[in-house]
Amino acid sequence: MRMPAPDDGVIARRREIIAALRTIVPGEGVIADESELRAYECDGLTAYRQLPMVVVLPSTVEQVSRVLRTCKEMGVKVVPRGAGTSLSGGALPLADGVLLGMGKFNRILDIDFANRCVVTQPGVTNLGISNAVAHEGFYYAPDPSSQIACTIGGNIAENSGGVHCLKYGLTTNNVLGLEMVLMDGTILRLGGKHLDAGGYDLMGVVTGSEGLLGVVTEVTVRILKKPATARAVLIGFPTSEQGGDCVAAIIAAGIIPGGMEMMDRPAIHAAEDFVHAGYPLDVEALLIVELDGPAAEVDHLIEQVAEIARSKGCCYSRVSTSEEERLSFWAGRKAAFPAVGRISPDYYCMDGTIPRKALPLVLHRMQEMSGRYALRVANVFHAGDGNLHPLILYDANKPGELERAEAFGNDILRLCVEVGGVLTGEHGVGVEKRDLMTDQFDEVDLDQQQRIKCAFDPDGLLNPGKVFPKLHRCAELGRVHIHKGELRFPDIPRF
Amino acid sequence: MTVTTIKPDSAAQAADAVRWALSEGTPLDVAGSGSKRGLGRPIQTACTLDLSGLSGVVAYEAEELVLTARAGTPMAEILPMLAERRQQLAFEPQDLGPLFGRPEGQGTLGGVVASGLAGPRRISAGSARDHTLGIAGVNGRGDLYKGGGKVVKNVTGYDVPKLMAGSFGTLTALTELTVKVLPAPEDCRTLLLAGREDAGAVAALTAALQSPYDVSGAAHLPAAVAARSDVRAVAAVGGAVTLVRVEGFGPSVTARVAALKEELGADAVLDRDESLVVWREVRDVAYFGPTPSPASAGEGRGGGDDSRHVWKISVQPSEGPRVAESIRWALDAELYFDWGGGLIWAAVAPAADAAAAIRGALGTAGHATLVRAPEDVRIAAEVFHPLPDPVMALSRRVKESFDPCGILNPGRMYAGV
Ligand SMILES: Cc1cc2nc3c(=O)[nH]c(=O)nc-3n(C[C@H](O)[C@H](O)[C@H](O)COP(=O)(O)OP(=O)(O)OC[C@H]3O[C@@H](n4cnc5c(N)ncnc54)[C@H](O)[C@@H]3O)c2cc1C
Ligand SMILES: Cc1cc2nc3c(=O)[nH]c(=O)nc-3n(C[C@H](O)[C@H](O)[C@H](O)COP(=O)(O)OP(=O)(O)OC[C@H]3O[C@@H](n4cnc5c(N)ncnc54)[C@H](O)[C@@H]3O)c2cc1C
Repeated sequence: MRMPAPDDGVIARRREIIAALRTIVPGEGVIADESELRAYECDGLTAYRQLPMVVVLPSTVEQVSRVLRTCKEMGVKVVPRGAGTSLSGGALPLADGVLLGMGKFNRILDIDFANRCVVTQPGVTNLGISNAVAHEGFYYAPDPSSQIACTIGGNIAENSGGVHCLKYGLTTNNVLGLEMVLMDGTILRLGGKHLDAGGYDLMGVVTGSEGLLGVVTEVTVRILKKPATARAVLIGFPTSEQGGDCVAAIIAAGIIPGGMEMMDRPAIHAAEDFVHAGYPLDVEALLIVELDGPAAEVDHLIEQVAEIARSKGCCYSRVSTSEEERLSFWAGRKAAFPAVGRISPDYYCMDGTIPRKALPLVLHRMQEMSGRYALRVANVFHAGDGNLHPLILYDANKPGELERAEAFGNDILRLCVEVGGVLTGEHGVGVEKRDLMTDQFDEVDLDQQQRIKCAFDPDGLLNPGKVFPKLHRCAELGRVHIHKGELRFPDIPRF
Repeated sequence: MTVTTIKPDSAAQAADAVRWALSEGTPLDVAGSGSKRGLGRPIQTACTLDLSGLSGVVAYEAEELVLTARAGTPMAEILPMLAERRQQLAFEPQDLGPLFGRPEGQGTLGGVVASGLAGPRRISAGSARDHTLGIAGVNGRGDLYKGGGKVVKNVTGYDVPKLMAGSFGTLTALTELTVKVLPAPEDCRTLLLAGREDAGAVAALTAALQSPYDVSGAAHLPAAVAARSDVRAVAAVGGAVTLVRVEGFGPSVTARVAALKEELGADAVLDRDESLVVWREVRDVAYFGPTPSPASAGEGRGGGDDSRHVWKISVQPSEGPRVAESIRWALDAELYFDWGGGLIWAAVAPAADAAAAIRGALGTAGHATLVRAPEDVRIAAEVFHPLPDPVMALSRRVKESFDPCGILNPGRMYAGV
């Protein structure tokens, strides 16, 4: 993975750039000291590290606007950052770039129960929003596992999701409005407390754009009333095929559970050893299905799910009878990553989506690869929506293992695309999957996406080197070649 | 002017057609089944790109919750196919045929997505944008490209499919779409509250939507509108009618209806069949359509005055009653509420200052689209809500990024876009 070569001209002007930024954000808001910059050198993808040229921590939208405009005028690149929990290197700094930290935007601005929405600054954590409305029984539905730490601004940039998303949608389905700043300093508002922003769905394309289109400075999200009850059922299968069949049958029966997660044998064992959730250890696949809603609905559906599981040959099934028990079912799943961390010095978490029916094939091929790369793999799986999280176990201290783990991971993602899926279901492309983009999209597809980027940021100064494998100049991308008169297309039916 | 229609029957031909238009400098009127004549800002193009030849479902995998179809596939083909597997497009696409005095069931999947249409379930299930997973199509440069994916969870690259929803064919001539499909509810009931004025009705709808009972429809019909319903129990109230829909599995619907009845104090509960009819009327703006339904032979639904201009107004729900009141005060308007007060459908007697009055009443609380009016009115008024300058400037650049020479539906949404 190579980042664009730093611009020595910009680095030579470092002092001048820092001075200009200090006139906009006073005092501690500009960090230039190397030991302090260290804290920002990577995000959740710790394999890649880079000290930023300077860190700026603005606290008002006007400051953000002036910082961006100044950087544009001085030809300086900018990398936005929320909490730095990205697993794809989206917030990886640039040696010749400003790291724009949004942590000071940490206030909730308006809680509006009548319109069922919250207006918040982008640096507020995902869980912070749910906590702020919990006293009235409301919550914010998308629930990435990182929700205590990650910011809503980062969630917008990554279109984050979690266990709830099969039923309640991803970030993009739960955002009503945005305020954002373009690279030239323009402040825009899209949408608001009403539905459908009007005009093009710019909010739709900004959500999930990984900090490449603009800096989000305010967010309006919708909130939901908490379901009256939730119950979970733990179902074990002798083979992962049967587990997959059961998931398909549940959906075919018209049931969309609040959450539906699957783990394979290595993940089950690691989790059980760690949290003692009471998982069965003699099954190949373990499914957690959670149903939420009014008690009458949950009781009715949990029976149906148990029935479907029996018909698909489950060899273990346990329905939660108390809130405590339900949480204990989840405790193992939620601790799966750290649990795997205990059985291996390092692990690498992949994230691809497949059509669910391809699961047996994908698991089988992954086993083959595991043998070939001589690295173990454990699987946790958002079963309802086909989002795989293979965890590749390796030891960074053994020469070559990291490289093997990465190559293994790339092969898994290519396999996801090969069976009709996609490179990433929730962690984003970032730098991690950037060079695989050509496996999913051809050049024409990528050019069109980069032209959208040009509409927002014509100089390509915002978070360059992420998402797109090749950087194009907007002027080149914009050219249209017309061959007047050469094309007559006689075969197309005309009337 | 001589009007040519080009009707490709493959995506490659559609790309050739756009390249031809580009080489000739001839803008194209992009059409699905072509029921679009009255839609958007009137445009003048010598050539129509008719995409109805790109028809047929490519893949339908009920258990994967996805359907891929060519863009010109009639909704009339897709909906029964889904129904057979007890699935649906959860955003409840509208069929505005009746509003325009045309038969029902005319739209295509491409037209529905390009128009960004969604029905009463918008409040819980989202809009066309929320269910469009992947697209393929031809941009204004004649490039056949794809965006998004064919699985329900995908964050790879920009979410191009979202941008297509509601772009009215100005960015790309869509050739294929992949949409998310979801189980259709097993049962459906509607609580009916009689005789509430707007503010009280919206307060009741708000209470319903704040409950944990998963309300999937929340509408309010003032007396004159309710009187036009085909559902006897609605028309017979003889006053305003407020409706709260509950859908899902049988036992769940029963329990939730009972709980809501307790909380809201409903006057009646409509059964499944009545519910289906009344929500279809609400969805399709049937109350303002010119044609009475055959069933009611001149009475009931329809009977709307088709000389009235129809506006679709999206507003923050708590502001709905106030906006409605100021529209009524300024204009001769009939209106009703959907989306818990957040959507106002208004049928307005022709008046020169109608657009200004409606948008003035809204302020920054939402946006208003002129959906039905004669061509000369749509030339004079801004059909789509004017955008703030920076958003307009960005929208122009986005248009250029897809269609630098203005070949696809130029000016349909905004002048120069
Ligand atoms: C243990 C763990 C579990 C995780 N589980 C999940 C999960 O279940 N689901 C999931 O989807 N993700 C998960 N993630 C990934 C990560 O938490 C999410 O991607 C999250 O949304 C990132 O938020 P952040 O505030 O940390 O953003 P950062 O990491 O700081 O930044 C992420 C990207 O957003 C951009 N960005 C940040 N703020 C802004 C802004 N205000 N304006 C514009 N761009 C901005 C950055 O430039 C960068 O490209 C997990 C991460 C960890 C470490
Ligand atoms: C503001 C507004 C006005 C409307 N006016 C009318 C009307 O006058 N008559 C009527 O019957 N219905 C009207 N409708 C409803 C809507 O157009 C139809 O219900 C149906 O959804 C359109 O399907 P269609 O295939 O007939 O599309 P069309 O009516 O042919 O096209 C509708 C829009 O979608 C675009 N479009 C269609 N197919 C594609 C494609 N494959 N790729 C890219 N763009 C495409 C067109 O360019 C056009 O802008 C209106 C809706 C709205 C929101």
